[in-house]
Amino acid sequence: MAKIEVTVDGVRYHDEVEPRLLLVHYLRERLGKVGTPIGCDTSNCGACTVHVDGVSVKSCTMLAVQADGTQITTIEGLAQNGQLHPVQQAFHDNHALQCGFCTPGMIMASVDLLQHNPSPSDEEIRHGLEGNLCRCTGYQNIVRAVRQAAEKSAEVTA
Amino acid sequence: MTEELDAGLIAEQVEEHPEAIDQPDPTRHIGRPLKRKEDRRLITGRTRWTDNIQLPGLMHMAIVRSPVAHARINRVDVSGALDRPGVIAAFSAADLGDALGTLPCAWPVTADMVHPDHHPLATDEVRHVGEAVAVVVATDRYAAADATEAVEVDYEPLPAVTDMEEALKDEVLVHADKGTNKTYLWPFDGGDYDAARAQAEAEGGIVFKRRYIQQRLIPAAMEPRAVVVEPLTEGDEYTVYSATQIPHILRLMLALTCDIPEQQIRVIAPDVGGGFGSKLNVYAEEVIALVVARKLGRPVKWTESRSEGFQATIHGRDQIQDIEIAATRDGRILGLSVDLKADMGAYLQLVTPGIPVLGAFMYNAIYKMDAYRFRCTGVFTTKTPTDAYRGAGRPEATYAIERIMTDLAYELGIDPIELRRRNWIKHEEFPYATIAGLTYDSGNYEAATERALELFGYDELRREQQERRDRNDPVQLGLGISTFTEMCGLAPSRVLGSLSYGAGGWEAASIRMLPSGKVEVVTGTTPHGQGHLTAWSQIAADALGVPFEDVNVIFGDTQSSPVGMDTYGSRSLVVGGVAVHLAARKVVDKARKVAAHLLEAAEGDVEFSGGTFSVKGSPDAKTTIQEVSLATFAAHNLPDGMEPTINADAVLDPENFSFPHGTHLCAVEVDTETGRPTIRKYVAVDDIGNVINPLIVEGQVHGGLAQGIAQALYEEAVYDSDANLVTGTMVDYLVPSAADLPEFTTDRTETPSTTNPLGVKGVGEAGTIASTPAVVGAVVDAVHHFGVQEIRMPTTPERVWRAINDSGSDGGGRAAEGTIAYGGPQTSTTAGGAE
Repeated sequence: MAKIEVTVDGVRYHDEVEPRLLLVHYLRERLGKVGTPIGCDTSNCGACTVHVDGVSVKSCTMLAVQADGTQITTIEGLAQNGQLHPVQQAFHDNHALQCGFCTPGMIMASVDLLQHNPSPSDEEIRHGLEGNLCRCTGYQNIVRAVRQAAEKSAEVTA
Repeated sequence: MTEELDAGLIAEQVEEHPEAIDQPDPTRHIGRPLKRKEDRRLITGRTRWTDNIQLPGLMHMAIVRSPVAHARINRVDVSGALDRPGVIAAFSAADLGDALGTLPCAWPVTADMVHPDHHPLATDEVRHVGEAVAVVVATDRYAAADATEAVEVDYEPLPAVTDMEEALKDEVLVHADKGTNKTYLWPFDGGDYDAARAQAEAEGGIVFKRRYIQQRLIPAAMEPRAVVVEPLTEGDEYTVYSATQIPHILRLMLALTCDIPEQQIRVIAPDVGGGFGSKLNVYAEEVIALVVARKLGRPVKWTESRSEGFQATIHGRDQIQDIEIAATRDGRILGLSVDLKADMGAYLQLVTPGIPVLGAFMYNAIYKMDAYRFRCTGVFTTKTPTDAYRGAGRPEATYAIERIMTDLAYELGIDPIELRRRNWIKHEEFPYATIAGLTYDSGNYEAATERALELFGYDELRREQQERRDRNDPVQLGLGISTFTEMCGLAPSRVLGSLSYGAGGWEAASIRMLPSGKVEVVTGTTPHGQGHLTAWSQIAADALGVPFEDVNVIFGDTQSSPVGMDTYGSRSLVVGGVAVHLAARKVVDKARKVAAHLLEAAEGDVEFSGGTFSVKGSPDAKTTIQEVSLATFAAHNLPDGMEPTINADAVLDPENFSFPHGTHLCAVEVDTETGRPTIRKYVAVDDIGNVINPLIVEGQVHGGLAQGIAQALYEEAVYDSDANLVTGTMVDYLVPSAADLPEFTTDRTETPSTTNPLGVKGVGEAGTIASTPAVVGAVVDAVHHFGVQEIRMPTTPERVWRAINDSGSDGGGRAAEGTIAYGGPQTSTTAGGAE
């Protein structure tokens, strides 16, 4: 067992974990952070994407011990004070989700994408989200949502 | 658009059902793109996936699966697993015995269908890679997975058979005791095909055949399957949570399979992350989990890994289509003959045999013809069972007819749009009895096609295509056409009965008027992404005249929504949604009696509009439906003899299928040097009748297109000759990402259905059904002038390149390596790509 200390959605946890425990299983099964789902076993689908120290990570590709000392944000911690994050709002406004299973990862990846590229082209959005699979939407409304979130953010900062 | 829709809907409703609406209400919700009520939880991670469930004493189950396709099982020894840390129990089939029962197939399509036993855990033989052989139960999922390695199974290899034509030789038998790999032969004849063919030959017409291969697909809903079974502390009672599309059917089937009284099983489908048909089933793991929980008296959870699911969850398609068309020289179809071979896989799952049969009624599509012959042969192979995958039989049929229609146009030198015009049912000819025995209620193929051609810029793109050909441009352009229809909204129970389907096709709804004036709608449909909470709220809000926000919808739990037939086959709106509307009308009828009593008026003088009852000629005498609801709850002053409730139920058995249609046009650029096809433009004009929520409809079309395009360009479940699944993970099986798909142009025409009071048609599968032939048709069209007649799906760059480079310059339509194409014009014709 290894000792870790992580902050997840603003709460600090001290834990002992098996060295082989995946971060996503730590989040889901130890902390009850079940908002982050698991969609595959080969790191293709991106459903489990979270932010580790502000950067998007597929939490099935990281061990819990590797997250020692980090700040993690999951989909459950993205909205602040009951206020949806602009990307969450844009997903709702643009019908960018159907079953919603890929949505947490898709939103976390989109937030990260916009941090790196605040005004992406549609093509840049499509390539930026290449690591996140959705089987319901055909992606068109996801691209719309990310574009709208970018435009709204630009208005706010302008 | 919305205002036109409202007006049209109201006019149609008033005409067809004058009692439905007393007068138009400007505050209608139907037809408006209201944002979904479902979203808030889903975008904040407050979800209820089956795998999220934690219970006191919860055990985790892992399945030992066969690594070989076909083998005799000489011995299964689970004792090694029992010594592993955290392991609670381990079982083989022998350990659980008869308790497991056999998995159900509810669609015996013929009386003599070969129906082998399908044990949840294999007994004497395994017949596909991934078949369950033993189960390990442990305190956590890691321990359970670890311990599967300690289970010893002695497999004695038997030969595999993956190819249907090979299997039909019966040299390698999947089920030796059955003596054949042929599951069934299902025939249908409309008119006399031989006569139609003879006429074509006698009159100098054309007869030719094509072979199309529907590759095997993996549904790959984003949420893997999962099941949790919780035994209740008292008695033989269980709550089963499952990532399923069919909690009601699953409850019945688990009761029958495990011999547990049905009333002692409650099935809950919590949040379900997509299905596309793959969760329309009764799976081994659901039965095993129930039996394990029953035996050990503790709750148990199983969640498949993605790679496990690729082997153990049903696949789709996998058919060989031999199709022959007979037509006159001016392009009128005389007859169509289809000889289909459908791969069942190793066993028959819930509706496996019926999937290709559903397609039988769709090969004739929107076209008039004198004769139609259909033969379907079901075939066992040593592969994962097939079953319903989005479209289920209809995409396959649509692909074959739309492809061969374009080939007929090539052969006759007629523009493919013009050829379709000469054959399709005209809008004034509805209702139309087809050669396949269905009656299409309504449609307007002309309008949808005109709109699509306009959005697409068809003539301009044809000109560009010619220019690129003329200058021998390395990037060639092809145009693909799909003027599809489909049958959905499953379905009239009597028709299902005539097809030997094991259940009816009705759907139930209940409306509960709460004392506070709020409304609960209970539906038998089970959404897993379709947005029923929102759409049913719109329907109920309009019929009851209450705010959209005041309506909640209850589903997916056999205790709280006890009556239902669930969600598949684009049936939810046209059966379940219409049932909500009918139940709401009954509520209004009951409430009118109470209102008349309270207002001291004759019932016939009480009008209802926008949620308010008023008395004709007395503008001040009015009461709202919410006030009536409270008054009924109090029951202090009701009409004599009236039950104190205005709640109402409706169970709708639809009078017909639903026949959405549309015209999809696709332009594909093919780089002839690399073979890479790229979609340049995709236009989809769908006619699904009246629309409840255009936002949801557009989303359904987008998602459907993505899956149909994926079949055309990307996806294929590949088995090697030993029947190992080569594309066994998401690394190898290409579920397309955002970067792999184009921007779609979508639009609608609206021809209301005449068989339900909302005028609606199904939309869930339309995009998938329509798009595959449009895309492949475009790929082939781009290189047709090189003599390429067919490119097998998915049309990968390699296959396209080979087709170009292996074909002759004689325009004779030779088969390219890696492609399957045979036949050719049997009467003289213009060859190659003449326009």
